[in-house]
Amino acid sequence: MSAVSQAPPSATGRRAGGRRTGSAITAPGRLASAGLVYLVLGVLALLFLVPSLWMVFAAFDTEPSLRATPPTSLTLAHFEAVLTPDIFYRPMWNGILICGGAAVVTVLASVLAAYPLSRYTLRFKRPFMYTVLFATGLPITAIMVPVYGMFVQANLLNSRAATMLFLAASTLPFGIWLMKNFIDGIPITLEEAAWVDGASAWQSLRLLVAPLLAPGIAVVGIFTLVMTWGNFFVPFILLTSPDKMPAAVRIFTFFGQYGSVRYGELAAYSLLYTLPVVALYIAVSRALGGKFSFGGAMKG
Amino acid sequence: MSATTATPPLTPDQRRRRPVRAGGGTRPGQRGAARWIIPLGPALFLLLAFFAGPILWTVWASFTNAALTGAQAAQTEFIGLANFERLLADPRFASATILTIVFLLGSGVVGQTVLGLTLALLLQNRHALVRGAVGVIVVGAWVVPEVVAGFVWYAFLEREGSLNAVLGFGGVESQNWLFTAPMLAVILANVWKGTAFSMMTYAAGLSEVPSDLKEAARVDGASGFQVLFHVVLPLIRRTIATTLLLVTLQTVQVFTLIYVMTSGGPGSRSTTLPLLMYEQALQLGDLGYGTAIALALLLVAGLFSLVYVRMLGTEAKR
Repeated sequence: MSAVSQAPPSATGRRAGGRRTGSAITAPGRLASAGLVYLVLGVLALLFLVPSLWMVFAAFDTEPSLRATPPTSLTLAHFEAVLTPDIFYRPMWNGILICGGAAVVTVLASVLAAYPLSRYTLRFKRPFMYTVLFATGLPITAIMVPVYGMFVQANLLNSRAATMLFLAASTLPFGIWLMKNFIDGIPITLEEAAWVDGASAWQSLRLLVAPLLAPGIAVVGIFTLVMTWGNFFVPFILLTSPDKMPAAVRIFTFFGQYGSVRYGELAAYSLLYTLPVVALYIAVSRALGGKFSFGGAMKG
Repeated sequence: MSATTATPPLTPDQRRRRPVRAGGGTRPGQRGAARWIIPLGPALFLLLAFFAGPILWTVWASFTNAALTGAQAAQTEFIGLANFERLLADPRFASATILTIVFLLGSGVVGQTVLGLTLALLLQNRHALVRGAVGVIVVGAWVVPEVVAGFVWYAFLEREGSLNAVLGFGGVESQNWLFTAPMLAVILANVWKGTAFSMMTYAAGLSEVPSDLKEAARVDGASGFQVLFHVVLPLIRRTIATTLLLVTLQTVQVFTLIYVMTSGGPGSRSTTLPLLMYEQALQLGDLGYGTAIALALLLVAGLFSLVYVRMLGTEAKR
């Protein structure tokens, strides 16, 4: 802050001072504004942090409230109260079944689909990829009513397998898009060598491409897990019996039943439900070398 | 795969000739459609059954009186444009459309874009430690599941919540912000949840802006803001348009966050189109009317998308 008062940012000062250090060229890099930038960044970070502090504090507080106040005495009682088969274990298992299944289906289907799309010259390839891109952005919420109607008519309502398949289909366009980019990155010369030696397409996909594609498979799989694990609307609509609900929906019914009184347990449950996603997200950003952005996927 | 094994082994001569004859990128062994139909099969099945099917059904059902219960459930009739006429005459639909656009502009277009771009600009060329710390906090909000984000903001804005505790120092009267300002509450929550995505895409876009262009502008005497508005932003306009498009498609369909925080209330003061659709189609069982609302939702998203594509087109001509 002292830097700000010493050198008030003026037009002449900027021009004159602009050449002093290497990073000074970029607009906010000068000493005068550097302090201000850190101040703004600090305030923004604090604003982002404060709402979620409640969850961490209340989960361990012996006297939890809705306020994010540091607990005076710590307890694990809220976690114990939540860790029952009905509230926690069964919904978590349902979530693992539904989201894990969706991840496996998405990975398999997208590898198989992306391979010919990447390697062959097909007449319908461009329109197909554009359709996939369009489907990537399609608001899923908007098609949930017809999907519900379809599930009712096909007698698929309240089926975990059907819900899993729908979730897999909803993440598949993005999976195909990502996977095609990954396969495009594997040099075709390797496979050509294998074909010359008499390998079939299936053999070269299984023995050559699949091992090289491990990062892509991990990213698409984990991405599907993260997306579906946090999805509330789809299981909320397509599943009806409480014993089939994944954690995303169970935690909401818990909130509806006890949310306005048992804050500590709600916060503890929220933490337990959130942690797997955070772990998976860290794993996927590691797999991409710490540069997890959609930049590559968006350029197409 | 059967096609592969059924093919007789190739003579060395054939092996050499084949790729040339078939054109680049063709496999030995597999002929015709089988080489793409078999691997594309599972994906095509899933996409057709769960995407194309429901979309076509949406268009059809919006012209019918399809319902979950009662006589209409057994006998669905074609009723033409009646659903759309009802839609246009429904004051709740009008208010839901306006609220959806307010939500979209407030949280998606203005909030997430301005905040995301600001964060990306401020974090550019900072120390890795600063970038890491701020990044983890902002991305943390993005990674949290939507339901939990709803709880967190419910706790933050409730009468007993943290915001009132902070504002209490300034002498502001304690109030349930979810009740007094429901739209502002859900917009803030969605900005909190979604900014990380914009920040990451803008950071990626900014990193591709060549620094010598910025340097040249500065040597010519441009101020920091002039460099930003006349050099940097025009260069990343493609990133901006694409990000706005994705954010818009994401924002118009937000259901969970609003449902958890306010359930569309009080009254219907935060009932956006997805919540109205849910209420009409799944709570009241009027599937036909619900799908008409879903189409309206797609229309709003489509119109905004058109604006971005236009923006991209006119910018490119300059």
